[in-house]
Amino acid sequence: MKLVTAIIKPHMLDEVKSALESFGVEGMTVSEASGFGRQRGHTEVYRGAEYTVDLVPKVRLEVLVSDDDASDIIDVLVKSARTGRIGDGKVWSVPVDDVVRVRTGERGAEAL
Amino acid sequence: MTPLDVNSGDTAWILTSAALVLLMTPGLALFYGGMVRAKTVLNMMMMSFGALASISVVWVLWGYSMAFGDDVGAGLLGNPFQYFGLAGLMEDTGASLPTMAFVGFQAVFAIITVALISGAIADRAKWGTWMIFTVVWATIVYFPVAHWVFDFTVTEDDGTVSHVGGWIANNLKAIDFAGGTAVHINAGVAGLALAIVLGRRAGWKRDPMRPHNLTLVMLGAGLLWFGWFGFNAGSALTAGNSASVVWVNTMVATGAAALAWLIIERIRDGHATSLGAASGVVAGLVAITPSCSSVSPVGAILVGAIAGVLCALAVGLKYKLNIDDSLDVVGVHLVGGLWGTIAVGFFATAAAPAGVDGLFYGGGVDQLWRQVVGALAVLVYSFVLTLVIGFVLQKTIGFRVPEDQELEGVDSVEHAETAYDLGNLAGTLRSTGALGAAAAHRTDSEDAQKGVRA
Repeated sequence: MKLVTAIIKPHMLDEVKSALESFGVEGMTVSEASGFGRQRGHTEVYRGAEYTVDLVPKVRLEVLVSDDDASDIIDVLVKSARTGRIGDGKVWSVPVDDVVRVRTGERGAEAL
Repeated sequence: MTPLDVNSGDTAWILTSAALVLLMTPGLALFYGGMVRAKTVLNMMMMSFGALASISVVWVLWGYSMAFGDDVGAGLLGNPFQYFGLAGLMEDTGASLPTMAFVGFQAVFAIITVALISGAIADRAKWGTWMIFTVVWATIVYFPVAHWVFDFTVTEDDGTVSHVGGWIANNLKAIDFAGGTAVHINAGVAGLALAIVLGRRAGWKRDPMRPHNLTLVMLGAGLLWFGWFGFNAGSALTAGNSASVVWVNTMVATGAAALAWLIIERIRDGHATSLGAASGVVAGLVAITPSCSSVSPVGAILVGAIAGVLCALAVGLKYKLNIDDSLDVVGVHLVGGLWGTIAVGFFATAAAPAGVDGLFYGGGVDQLWRQVVGALAVLVYSFVLTLVIGFVLQKTIGFRVPEDQELEGVDSVEHAETAYDLGNLAGTLRSTGALGAAAAHRTDSEDAQKGVRA
């Protein structure tokens, strides 16, 4: 099993979500995040004083998937989140030891 | 003097104006409150509301008497005991405007003048010390200055002088229609003095201290503009032609100042900002306050536009001077007040209600020097005494919170409250890292509470 995490532009969330749903993903966790990559932040000016806002708003999307699906789902994520402009985000996956569905106690692949 | 009937039109207008001016202080609380960070907005607003509370009481007890009692000498101070507790002012004397209407109208001027100062010491003042400061400063600085500027000598029809007023109004004869000197120069330079006494905020110029809610700032600026019609047009003390001219001048100077500020921003920074619009509005209002009765509507446009340019440029000075006048009380109120007061000497026209010609209308420099002397007298008096009051309070009971409390935020430290409970929805806060800090502090204080209870 793998945990696939995507950091994407907030306004791409709907597109990414429907792409994942079309692929057959049945659950995901989405949270608001902030950070920066190569695009850095932006500047704001208040009464002539400039402020650099380093951390820009992002959405963090996490999906638990089987080893077989991981590669395809990463492809779906990358394709649907891409605008081609700087700041599109990153996608990565890490191995997962165990998963338990809280309601039923099912473990491993059954809990996905 | 033959008894006259109360003029109900005048009385209604002055009572209405007084209520309009009172609303300016909550408006100021919003204007200032939106400009600070979320962790100090309540304290910022409480400094204004605190002034509303304390000054309304001391005005009734001794403030009115010090400002408008008979002069005790040289036009410097009214007799504090003559009308202590407004004694003897309740009876109907048959004057066209009841004295109590004037008492109420002038009370709200005292309140907002004190509240204006608070913008210079955002985020770092002990609220209790601030409250003591409001009373001491009003007593030592505002009430005497109001006497100088607003208390006119009354001469009866038969030539006898029934009331002696202050020196700027009666001897110097500087024109300050609604308070460019007494209110704005006075509060502006007092803000400068307190900013020097309290020192710079921790992390000033290094950490982002951007306004947390510009919609509050815009709302506050709108309420100030609205209330300012009572401030200026009400200062005619009659509901007639003078008030009407002043009303129009107040409107148009403000519009011109906002335009000018935004044009400066657009050229210098590339964008016209909402904070610039709100600031331009206030700069224009400040500048037209002393001059609204003495200039033409076109003169008002020029007074306002120049105020917008001057103040937009002046707000950057604090970074060069290294003085943390946090919300630009100096850049807007001192600079705008100085300009508006001196502008009378240039732009006054005898066609306006005040009936005086300035330099540009063939009046020479006679009015100009009177304006300059009046402005400088208030500036020096207020600056020196505010420095003294501030340093005494700082050395005795302390005026500034400790740095750890300042970093935590004066709302929770001074008032045990948090303005907003937005939790994880505060997406924009995260971009500055403020949410994480706030959450950590909340845990600390919860632990501390448990500790106290256990």
